[in-house]
Amino acid sequence: MSAPTFNEAGLRGLPPVSPGRVRKDRIARTFIGALTLIALVPLVLVVFYLLKQGLGAWNGDFFTTDPTGRTCFPGQTTCSIGGVRSAILGTLEIVALASVIAIPFGTAVAVYLVEYGKQSKFANTVRYFVDVMTGVPSVAFGLFVYIVLVASGIGGSYAGWKGSVALALLMLPIVVRSSEVVLNLVPNQLRESALALGAPRWKVIWSVVLPTARSGLITGSLLAVARAAGETAPLLFTAFATNELVFGLGQPMNSLPLQIFNDVRTPQDAIVQRAWGAALFLVLLILILNLVARLAQRRSRLA
Amino acid sequence: MDTPVRRILTGVAALILVIIAFFLIRLYIEARPVFSAYGATHFVFDNAWLPSKNLYGAWPLIAGTLITSAIALIIGVPIAVAAALFVTELCPRPLRATLTILVDLLAAVPSVVYGLWAVFFLIPKIKPAEQWFSDTFSFLPFVGGQVAGPNYFIAGLLLATMIIPIVSAISREVLATVPQEHKEAALALGATRWEMIRLAVLPYSRAGISGAAMLGLGRALGETIAVTLVIGNSAHLGSTIFSQGYTLAAVIANEFGEAASNPVHRASLIAAGLVLFLLTLVVNFIARFYVTRAEKKMLGGAPVAEPVATGAAA
Repeated sequence: MSAPTFNEAGLRGLPPVSPGRVRKDRIARTFIGALTLIALVPLVLVVFYLLKQGLGAWNGDFFTTDPTGRTCFPGQTTCSIGGVRSAILGTLEIVALASVIAIPFGTAVAVYLVEYGKQSKFANTVRYFVDVMTGVPSVAFGLFVYIVLVASGIGGSYAGWKGSVALALLMLPIVVRSSEVVLNLVPNQLRESALALGAPRWKVIWSVVLPTARSGLITGSLLAVARAAGETAPLLFTAFATNELVFGLGQPMNSLPLQIFNDVRTPQDAIVQRAWGAALFLVLLILILNLVARLAQRRSRLA
Repeated sequence: MDTPVRRILTGVAALILVIIAFFLIRLYIEARPVFSAYGATHFVFDNAWLPSKNLYGAWPLIAGTLITSAIALIIGVPIAVAAALFVTELCPRPLRATLTILVDLLAAVPSVVYGLWAVFFLIPKIKPAEQWFSDTFSFLPFVGGQVAGPNYFIAGLLLATMIIPIVSAISREVLATVPQEHKEAALALGATRWEMIRLAVLPYSRAGISGAAMLGLGRALGETIAVTLVIGNSAHLGSTIFSQGYTLAAVIANEFGEAASNPVHRASLIAAGLVLFLLTLVVNFIARFYVTRAEKKMLGGAPVAEPVATGAAA
């Protein structure tokens, strides 16, 4: 954009801005603009390489076979390393269970904070520890779930549902914080009118506050789901990674992030190619979740 | 009916405190064998991580975590703050929403995908530039010598990319709290746009931006998978920023699988997790202090949610 000096802006009585200051202004602005462009360079490159390498991997059996074939010797024509079916199924199941745990739990905590706890000492302590939880490295949650659920041998050793617990711990603070913001936006007049009509507090929450905040709550929850879907570290020593197709969450399970992580470390072109394909699918999944979250936000009745 | 609902919800909220307490206690109990065998200071400051010889001094890992995070901050924070300044103060209005979405999109890419991209694109493409820099500026401390493929610098660069969206989003919110009157006053006194930014905007939002940078640091310290893929996983403390290294998070991700059978190794990895947690706890504590102070100046006073992915900063 062209920089209007302030004399052009109608202040004709003032002395002109000295050329040195104008130059400095222009240099500073260009520099800030250039840094902004640099911020976007990795995004462009990642998206470009994902499409370039990933689409090539999406051949016939990419979505219909499991990554069980690990070796493919040169010269073999009929060998196939397999697709990522079990990883997709695993990610969907593990993230679904994590959402079922974290979203109701997190929303309930937020309802408590906004409707009952308010600024009490206990509520502020809870808020503080939710913040602490936000900062916990995801690998630490993986360790914790390993110690509590895997090493102690509850329900066998590694299992899909244990991965869900680790992801749920990660999602919980995100859900609480975003829900709290949305619930705070519900106008107090709505609550007061319902209370004045004689409705008890729980009924006001259930039939006035939550429905009003619904789309905002959905947005926050979906963003938490999107975040969890891409996490690898919490699954490493909880869900483990098996290549076979597994339906039940009671056994070790494959997942897209783990499949990518393991494939990257295998020095074989076809397997790396599969990692790109899986990465493209994972990023699309997360983008769709983000898009739906944004649409829900747009429909929101709150500002 | 109202009291039971209240009680249940209070109980659910209290459960958060229970989980955190349980988390800390269990991690401490599992890590204690290594603290009692070596002493906490030896564990933290001994420069020897050799599980095969039963030596567990985590200093190379802690140093690696600090080095990569420092590089990430040095590269990432100016870019993130510039992007925030550009969006809030300089860019034409129609571009504003698009740019915000694009910067936020950086947060939607999973860590493992950044790792994949860095291994097969960033490392090979950037290596000649690194070697040139290393040869030309070998008089600088921690620069010079042969450049390794995976190294501290690459990890820092990747971490910078990953903290840009969060630092930028929080900086944007902080910059939005600068009163319009201050900016208009600067302009009315004849300041150029840049002078307005330097004299009115930056001094007012300095604390908040520091907080944003600290939150970014917290994120960088704990980042695991992308770093594991590009740090080289060598427990020997490198002598330059272009040597291979290790971080606390990476060592856990890499060695925990094989450590399950060796109780001391396992305990020391859990201790590494505990040290990492305490590091991020301190950093986040300082960050929250600054950010809440900046938030209190905001109208409305609603808590600002940390943006998780695109568009969380509504």
